[in-house]
Amino acid sequence: MKTLAGTSGLIRLILRRDRIVLPIWIVFLVAISVSYVKQYGDLFPTPDSRVKYASNAGFITLYGELSGTSLGEFVTWRLGFVPVMIGLISILTVIRHTRVEEETGRRELLGATVVGRHAQLAAALTVTLGANLVLAILLALGMHSQNLPLSGSIAIGIEYAGTGWLFAAVGAVAAQLSASAGTARGIAIGTLGAAYILRAAGDTSAHTHGPLAWLRWLSPIAWAQQIHPYGQNRWWLGVLVLAATVVLVAVAIYLSVRRDVGSGLLPDKLGPADGNLGSPLALAWRLHRGLLAAWTVGFALLGLLFGGVAKGVGDMMRDDPGIQEAFQRMGGASGLIDSFLAGVMLLVGLIASAYAVQATLRMRVEESSGRVEPVLATATSRWQWAASHLVFSLLGPAVALLAAGVAEGLAYGAAIGDVGGQLPRLIGAALAQLPAVWVLAAIAIAIFGFFPQLSMVSWAGPVICILIGLVSAGVATASWIRDISPFTHLPSLPGGSVTAGPLIALLAIAIVVGFAGLIGLRRRDLPA
Amino acid sequence: MPAAISTEGLVKSFGQTYALDGLDLTVESGEVHGFLGPNGAGKTTTIRILLGMTRADEGTARVLDGDPWSDATDLHRRLAYVPGDVTLWPNLSGGEAIDLLGRMRGGVDKKRKAELLERFDLDPRKKARAYSKGNRQKVALVAAFASDVELLLLDEPTSGLDPLMEEVFREVVQEISDREGRTVLLSSHILSEVEALCDRVTIIRSGRAVESGTLSELRHLTRTSIQAELVGPMNGLAQLSGVHDLREDDGRVRFDVDTDQINPVLRQLTEIGVRSLVSQPPSLEELFLRLYEPEAVK
Ligand SMILES: Nc1ncnc2c1ncn2[C@@H]1O[C@H](COP(=O)(O)OP(=O)(O)O)[C@@H](O)[C@H]1O
Ligand SMILES: [Mg+2]
Repeated sequence: MKTLAGTSGLIRLILRRDRIVLPIWIVFLVAISVSYVKQYGDLFPTPDSRVKYASNAGFITLYGELSGTSLGEFVTWRLGFVPVMIGLISILTVIRHTRVEEETGRRELLGATVVGRHAQLAAALTVTLGANLVLAILLALGMHSQNLPLSGSIAIGIEYAGTGWLFAAVGAVAAQLSASAGTARGIAIGTLGAAYILRAAGDTSAHTHGPLAWLRWLSPIAWAQQIHPYGQNRWWLGVLVLAATVVLVAVAIYLSVRRDVGSGLLPDKLGPADGNLGSPLALAWRLHRGLLAAWTVGFALLGLLFGGVAKGVGDMMRDDPGIQEAFQRMGGASGLIDSFLAGVMLLVGLIASAYAVQATLRMRVEESSGRVEPVLATATSRWQWAASHLVFSLLGPAVALLAAGVAEGLAYGAAIGDVGGQLPRLIGAALAQLPAVWVLAAIAIAIFGFFPQLSMVSWAGPVICILIGLVSAGVATASWIRDISPFTHLPSLPGGSVTAGPLIALLAIAIVVGFAGLIGLRRRDLPA
Repeated sequence: MPAAISTEGLVKSFGQTYALDGLDLTVESGEVHGFLGPNGAGKTTTIRILLGMTRADEGTARVLDGDPWSDATDLHRRLAYVPGDVTLWPNLSGGEAIDLLGRMRGGVDKKRKAELLERFDLDPRKKARAYSKGNRQKVALVAAFASDVELLLLDEPTSGLDPLMEEVFREVVQEISDREGRTVLLSSHILSEVEALCDRVTIIRSGRAVESGTLSELRHLTRTSIQAELVGPMNGLAQLSGVHDLREDDGRVRFDVDTDQINPVLRQLTEIGVRSLVSQPPSLEELFLRLYEPEAVK
């Protein structure tokens, strides 16, 4: 196996480089999953309460269908977002250690040593698949320690690891296709997104006895989910996932022997001989437009999806007198749907903050790649350079949120025959997320301005806010913890009342922190 | 005319390491100034300070009679920079990158750009990803040479070029310096390049200038090696100052002599009587090797 020579050395290199990140992810995901058992067991002790909680159409879109009423099944259902995160992390890890290495030229350096043709791919896959296996074992032990049955605990481990394995293989294929790591990531994450949407659409349709339930069988996420841990424990679906992984890895290997190191299968086209880019803003547009388009389309799809199911939420709840009464107090069926839509808007806002941070950190990418030097050696000032990027990190999320609001307004408005009324309400609700999004962008600017080496820490902002959002949605949380998140201080729209105070305060914080960051940027060495 | 670049006592530290430790550098207007020194001597750090990207901890720097930090934007209209390690935007073509940099500096001369592309044999339609190191460097060089600026800061600009392109580079630098009177600061390791292009050089080691002057001035700092067949015994030679590594075998002596001490030594030789004499002038290589060595710092 000469083509695998050097794999063990590369594995050690990857483990050395990821020795902090990978363990953190594994421990974090296992801890969150295990902690849900007690939390949700206490909150929903009876099968009845569990079914009622899980019949929410929004939840079905997010997490899938509840397969049975035992505590294990209930918790597995509520954890439905975790496999998607595992898939995402697996994709990013594989691409980081394959295509990124090639794009930066490091692969060439290593490839000239005694390293076989397939060693890089083999090492990246070994580490990623191994990490998923470790996660699965820890998860099974953790779940079993909470007095859940052993067979089901093994089955949920297989569900999680299987999703991770399959998308690691998707990442491996995507890494062969394009010479650009960004494009490869786009292809793989797009596949994950498509799998998620197919799963959501199929599950929603199945729950309302619609005709589209078969859609979910197109989604690898659903295959793993349909194992139904703690219920039927359908092991053969685990075998299906494994087989799909093997096929995808074979495809990746097949593709990789058909291309040169550093190139992709999708050809590089020739560009124009003369350019019409002539300003930092034009350059920023070139660098950000792909990201902006991808996020805008993604947000529009989210809006369509949630807008489409919103009416069903009201229909389903109306059959239940208890819930009906509770929501009457909140303003009747429309109040119920509004609170669902407001929850969706919060989710969309949280995701938009991740986009804002990603776009802000493009400046750091430009800096550490050395591309900022020739630009700043022209008559472009640091302010102009930063401002042209910030146009996209501040207004980009606004455009994406607008797309979500418009799509949701159209879909929900069409469902209840009131487009004219719903469109402006939902656009307003989407844009109301912006002050909180901008606060997180401003924090990223400040970290980039003062502590450029720590720029990645900016991701803590959206991650913490998403965690606070996820946890406080299900469990009573101390108010000081909830108050950390700027999203807590936004009005609950549509439906809620708007007070200007908190919005103005958030905007003021964003402006002050953001400007402070720009001053830091002006004063420091660049690149640093 | 004031000097194009002058720095005094520049100090810059990165944590524990001192990249610059009191650097003095003067580049006169209109000259091509060689900037030499071993790896890690502080050349790139100096150029970054001159560009206003890095701020010196101590000392003063003036570029084109402005402050490189606070007047950065205005100064950059009048200068161009070629980094040693050129990275470009992977999805922009070379032509787009050249035009972008030119426009942000204040304008591109289309005719000049076309001429340079031709001379450097560069296909501007390729995406940056598809360029080799040398071709990326050509993109930066064309962008710099095509702009109408007074000062060029070139940081090891030819490290990836083939000999043919190296020749083109020399021609272009000579043209812009002779015909157009522009100032060039050229950091380089290639001695023949420095010898062919530079009016004056500054040699820097461990963040300090160890020598500065024209090449012939610097040559005086080195030793000439002498072989002679003498008529009589080599009395008194060893005692003369400036004589090193004296060896004798069979009536022939060999030694090195400090170039500025050559006259008294020759007098002594003729006094003894010379049958034959071979003298070898110092080579630039020797000069640099000596100045690059750690002991060279006085
Ligand atoms: N950003 C930085 N952080 C830490 N050390 C640096 C940094 N930049 C340069 N140095 C150090 O400063 C010294 C001078 O570097 P440099 O100016 O790049 O040298 P040269 O260009 O002459 O090879 C080296 O020892 C280098 O390691
Ligand atoms: Mg250097």
